[in-house]
Amino acid sequence: MTSTTRLLPKTTSGWALLAALFVALLLLPQVSSLYTVELVTTAMIAAMFALSLQLLTGATGLVSLGHGALYGLAAYIVYFLSPEGNAAPMWLTLPLAMLAAAAAALAMGALSLRTKGFFFLMVTLAFGQMIYFVFHDTKIGGGTDGAYLAKPLLSAFGQTLDLPRRQRPLGPYYVALVQLSLMYLGLAWLLSTLFGRVLEGIRANEHRMSAIGFDTYRYKLAAFVIAGALAGAAGHMWSMHRGFVNPEIVSWHKSAEGLLMILLGGLGSLAGPIVGALAFTALGEVAQLITERKLLVEGLVILAVVLILPKGITGIGWRSPGLAKPGEQPPADTVNGVSDPARREMSTHD
Amino acid sequence: MTDRALLATEHLSRNFGGLKAVHDVSLGFHVGQLHAVIGPNGAGKSTFVNLLSGELAPSSGRVMLDGVDVSLMSAHARVHRGIARSFQRTNIFKDLTALENVRLAAQAVAPGGVFRRAATVGALVDTAQAALKRAGLAWAGTFIAGTLSHGAQRQLEIAMTLATAPKVLLLDEPLAGMGQEEGERIAALLKSLAADHAVLLIEHDMDFVFKVADVMTVLVEGMVIASGKPADVRANADVQRAYLGEH
Repeated sequence: MTSTTRLLPKTTSGWALLAALFVALLLLPQVSSLYTVELVTTAMIAAMFALSLQLLTGATGLVSLGHGALYGLAAYIVYFLSPEGNAAPMWLTLPLAMLAAAAAALAMGALSLRTKGFFFLMVTLAFGQMIYFVFHDTKIGGGTDGAYLAKPLLSAFGQTLDLPRRQRPLGPYYVALVQLSLMYLGLAWLLSTLFGRVLEGIRANEHRMSAIGFDTYRYKLAAFVIAGALAGAAGHMWSMHRGFVNPEIVSWHKSAEGLLMILLGGLGSLAGPIVGALAFTALGEVAQLITERKLLVEGLVILAVVLILPKGITGIGWRSPGLAKPGEQPPADTVNGVSDPARREMSTHD
Repeated sequence: MTDRALLATEHLSRNFGGLKAVHDVSLGFHVGQLHAVIGPNGAGKSTFVNLLSGELAPSSGRVMLDGVDVSLMSAHARVHRGIARSFQRTNIFKDLTALENVRLAAQAVAPGGVFRRAATVGALVDTAQAALKRAGLAWAGTFIAGTLSHGAQRQLEIAMTLATAPKVLLLDEPLAGMGQEEGERIAALLKSLAADHAVLLIEHDMDFVFKVADVMTVLVEGMVIASGKPADVRANADVQRAYLGEH
């Protein structure tokens, strides 16, 4: 009788597909060039970012344009902790980057969540751009030019993992894969808890949620902070992979890109942002091969996908024949179940 | 019937700009009473319910629940204190099953952490089943709420309020858009609910109100023009002039 969690695969084959994707990513470096490994690392970092954003967008129904700033802020935290020539260990940089992003998310959320809809969008945008201009207009992070940093070390108990030069990209690749997988599983668990049910209810009908006794503000703020911390993990991964930060990664474009990936992969699925980020990166590569107008091609393809596949890539083939299974309709013979279309119309909802 | 009202308003007023939507209303609602508030369109009935449920704050006056001033408490906090409401326009989670709709309501007031897997919390399902049953929807649990008939959706509204274990039920036109037969069923349900709750019923249908209400209050232009037993109110000259006469 327990209903399934909306954003998770409904069938075993759905989970099997996800497992297959994981295995494919696990084995990819065995067969591909280092260029591809680096490209897929970038895609997985984007996937982590979009996945963290999906907790707000797909799960709670909040569209934030400030999420990218949390990601960028975390990347800059790595620069502060691990400047060029003085590498810090990852066990230190990752928690601190996530903590900083969570703290900023708490401030951003506490203010912005007092508003709704368009105003929420604008407050998150303004807050995000404030963080952007701190890095853009001051010298603390190298200003507009950005700055190089020392990639955090994979070290523990005095031992540092040091790969030979040829294999060096494999470190960040597998760290990103592990983090992305853990993030997916963690969010899958979160959404299947009572907390997840509340977020789902807020997305569907926030007014009703507060009328049945939920302090929706607190739940939204909790989701906002969790999403911010996870965006921090993604931003940390960016610095770990690229060893370079500039204000670009803090700007609102980053948020918009994450939203596009979600749209491309599927707003109604937790795997959507991952699939969307991989597809978006692949699309960028292909577009670069055939034209110099990469953004134009990307834009057109995304437009086409959204129009043709409103549920995104992960929504393909989901529509089972008939919207409801046979037993799901009220029995026609009970008085209670009699459905009068004319009356139904009178109860048109908001 | 107890002496002190469980829920009471004291000189409750709410203005919207220059409009006095609710003006100086002092009423008491008792457990064991079905108290109907009637009035023409725009009389302030819905504003009154919103003031009681916490969706609106009063301009002046107080809302007292069991002797405690709850006037400035938010809607969700009042639910925890035992005030539950239904809506005039069906306001449910259409894409969820009926059971899940009610289970969410039960969860809102349930003790315990929120980081438990929803599938493992059987007590909430039990509460939800009981609320569905009381509202006459024991059969409907597995159905997607949006596919239920209009009447069943109205019952689901009531089941959701019951799942929060309320002391006071604020029912805003539970009969809206219902047919004769469904209305009879709801009438019986309301009667049974009034036995162990204080029930405030907002209703348009005069015949229905005279049939089920123990106490009735007539609101006109935000003010109480009569309040008491249905027979007395019916005989009241002011009421006949201001309200009944129009029909």
